[in-house]
Amino acid sequence: MSDTPRNIGAFVRHDQIPESPPPASETGIVGWVRQNLFSNVFNSILTLLALYFIYNLMADFLPWFFGGVWRAESIRDCRDILDGARGGCFAVLSERWHQLIFGIAYPQEAYWRPLLAFVLLFVAAAPVLFSDLNRKLLGFTAIYPFLAFWLIWGGTILNPVFGFLGFVVAYIVFDRLSHISFAISAIGGVVGAIVTWFVGGMIAAAVPELLALEAVPSRDMGGFMLNMILGTVCVSLSVPIGILLALGRQSDMPIIKIICVVFIEFVRGVPLITLLFVANVVLAYFLPPGTNFDLILRVIIMITFFSAAYIAEVIRGGLAALPRGQYEAADSLGLDYPQAMRLIILPQALKISIPGIVNVAVGLFKDTTLVSIISMFDLVGVIRGPILASTEWNGVYWELWGFAALLFFVVCFGISQYSQWLERKLATDHR
Amino acid sequence: MATVTEPPVESFRLSMLLNDTRYRGYTFQFIALLLLVFAIAWLGQNLIQNLQAAGLDISWTFLGEPAGYDINQTLIPYTSQSTHLQAAWVGVLNTLLVAFMGCVTATVIGVIAGVLRLSNNWLIAKLMSAYVEAFRNVPVLIWILIISTIVTLLPAPRAYRGETPDVEMLFGAIAYTNRGVYIPAPVWGPGSSVVVITFLLSIVAMFAYRRYAKTLLYSTGRLLPTFWPSIGIFFLPAIVMFFIMGQPISLDYPALQGFNFQGGIQLQRPLIALWLALSIYTGAFIAENVRAGIQAVSKGQTEAAGSLGMRPNRIMSLVVLPQALRVIVPPLISQYLNITKNSSLAIAVGYADITATLGGITLNQTGRAIECILLLMLFYLVISLCISAIMNVYNNAVKLKER
Repeated sequence: MSDTPRNIGAFVRHDQIPESPPPASETGIVGWVRQNLFSNVFNSILTLLALYFIYNLMADFLPWFFGGVWRAESIRDCRDILDGARGGCFAVLSERWHQLIFGIAYPQEAYWRPLLAFVLLFVAAAPVLFSDLNRKLLGFTAIYPFLAFWLIWGGTILNPVFGFLGFVVAYIVFDRLSHISFAISAIGGVVGAIVTWFVGGMIAAAVPELLALEAVPSRDMGGFMLNMILGTVCVSLSVPIGILLALGRQSDMPIIKIICVVFIEFVRGVPLITLLFVANVVLAYFLPPGTNFDLILRVIIMITFFSAAYIAEVIRGGLAALPRGQYEAADSLGLDYPQAMRLIILPQALKISIPGIVNVAVGLFKDTTLVSIISMFDLVGVIRGPILASTEWNGVYWELWGFAALLFFVVCFGISQYSQWLERKLATDHR
Repeated sequence: MATVTEPPVESFRLSMLLNDTRYRGYTFQFIALLLLVFAIAWLGQNLIQNLQAAGLDISWTFLGEPAGYDINQTLIPYTSQSTHLQAAWVGVLNTLLVAFMGCVTATVIGVIAGVLRLSNNWLIAKLMSAYVEAFRNVPVLIWILIISTIVTLLPAPRAYRGETPDVEMLFGAIAYTNRGVYIPAPVWGPGSSVVVITFLLSIVAMFAYRRYAKTLLYSTGRLLPTFWPSIGIFFLPAIVMFFIMGQPISLDYPALQGFNFQGGIQLQRPLIALWLALSIYTGAFIAENVRAGIQAVSKGQTEAAGSLGMRPNRIMSLVVLPQALRVIVPPLISQYLNITKNSSLAIAVGYADITATLGGITLNQTGRAIECILLLMLFYLVISLCISAIMNVYNNAVKLKER
């Protein structure tokens, strides 16, 4: 550099030219549009097609939605009010709101009970879903199933109270005996629970009017409430059963393994609708003569089996994904099988399985609509049966199906968003 | 020399069955087996008692009796005088038909949507996300009922009538009405079998040529063109043979006669509704699988292939696709299984699949609930075991060859 002739300096700039701003077509909104919508011919065509599609959709949807009628007696009434203008007949939703949500037979003066149970569901689910909350709230979560049962089905409060007490007794017995061995304490717990329930059943039968709400039979449940009941009950029951099935399938004991494999593969191989047929027409043949138990209970059993098999497969994936060293480490610490599973293996395996379990839960919640095929009046059943078949609302398809789709979308989308949040939160590998 | 002393041989004591982990497993298994046997015996005894009380028995003779109901969409000859067994076969074939059609279209829809969701076109990507989320989060039964409602809004056959009809047939050959879709039917004239055999042979020849090109490439490095020759081998012989034999295959076009279309193949409205609903619904799930599969191939693979001097289309076919397919295909096959199982919802729109014939009308008419549902479950079980067998074969074929 030092031997550069000095006289050249006159032609060379000494200071740098300030950067000129990027061309207007590359920045701001214009640049974004160019890059993301019109980057080449093919993309431009796609964008125009999409815009045309969205325009058509909106041109149909917006006037239909905003021109809708919310107050009318029947579809003819609606058409009179609309008078040829474009608009939906949303009056069916406000008119039949109670049927859509609670079904056709649930007593009107008792609507506050399932509503309260629904609100409390969030309180009960909150400490399970968000681990930052106060742990003492879990106590309410433990009581909730029995409280919800009492609220929705009614009857004396003694039944759910003794139902709860049975679990408390089982836990206490288990805890007291747990220093002997896992098997003995487990058997003791089961015996304690059964004794409590038996005694409690007799007491409840003796004083059926104690703090009794009006009893509502299961066949009166319906509407979206039925979907919610089936969804929450079956998911919460099938997770523990699924864990047991998965452990059984991974077990070294051939007979237990075979039982679990046959059960899982059988249930996964048939459609849910056939299992519902079984609940509807076949199951009664396999029960002692004279037993007559609720269709809703039979359906709950079948759906629980169904989702337990799927959840078992998800959890088996989680168990298989754990490195072998984790099992060996648990063994070398001298933990026995239940301790190793409870303290080392399952917490990790379940964490890996969360997305899969949520997938199954969402699928299961959607599948609860299938009960409409065995003529139960869930949301879809209520729409297809009493509402669309009535003379007032025959022909109001879009509003009703749109509403049903929206309800399910909100719940399922909410669950999947929660699962993604949880996955991010539980990710402890520092990626 | 260290001598190894034999461990003291412990004699077996009965308490070991509970306290020794080596033997405890046997105790548990024995208890489980005992419980299982008792449960089965209890259920069986209940069944026998209930059947006796109801004056029923387990018998399969009802399958040979005349069914007495009509089925609108059949692939094999069937009248209301045919047996229940024949009705069940019609149902089986209808299930397989809608499942097959659904698998094909769902794959096409899913692949397109999955690829477009990764597009760098913002609007298209968002639109595809909306499609996927909307269909994944709403029950398939609701979609089937919605699409069934949409199909009833298609024009009635009389809209095709007159000098200036309201609706024109698609390509002059396909009529879509609210009673179903009518497509041309092939008419097999004499000599058509020669054309068909030629066509099948040319498919074999195409695969043989591609295999030959591949071995040549691997052994000598010579690259033969494959795309155009394959297409040529696929189409040319059959077309040439078609004209040599004097055009034996013709098409029977549907035509409006009276109140309805005659001729051609009719796809009834329930079939169309179920097929569309299953394809679009499952397409959303397949789109997610495809997206995940493509994203699972790391960018380094593409860049490495590029730095070896490969062209983009060969990078796609030789590097990216084989790895992406390993991720995509297993969930894709279980989606096919889902389509087959979800096709049992045909009963909601009145399509005569196996659930609607055997598990629906036959069950209600004969009252043979146990037999019907047993057969129904057996059918679905066989299908799903077959599909998982295929999946296992595939998984073994594409397994990472580790040393």
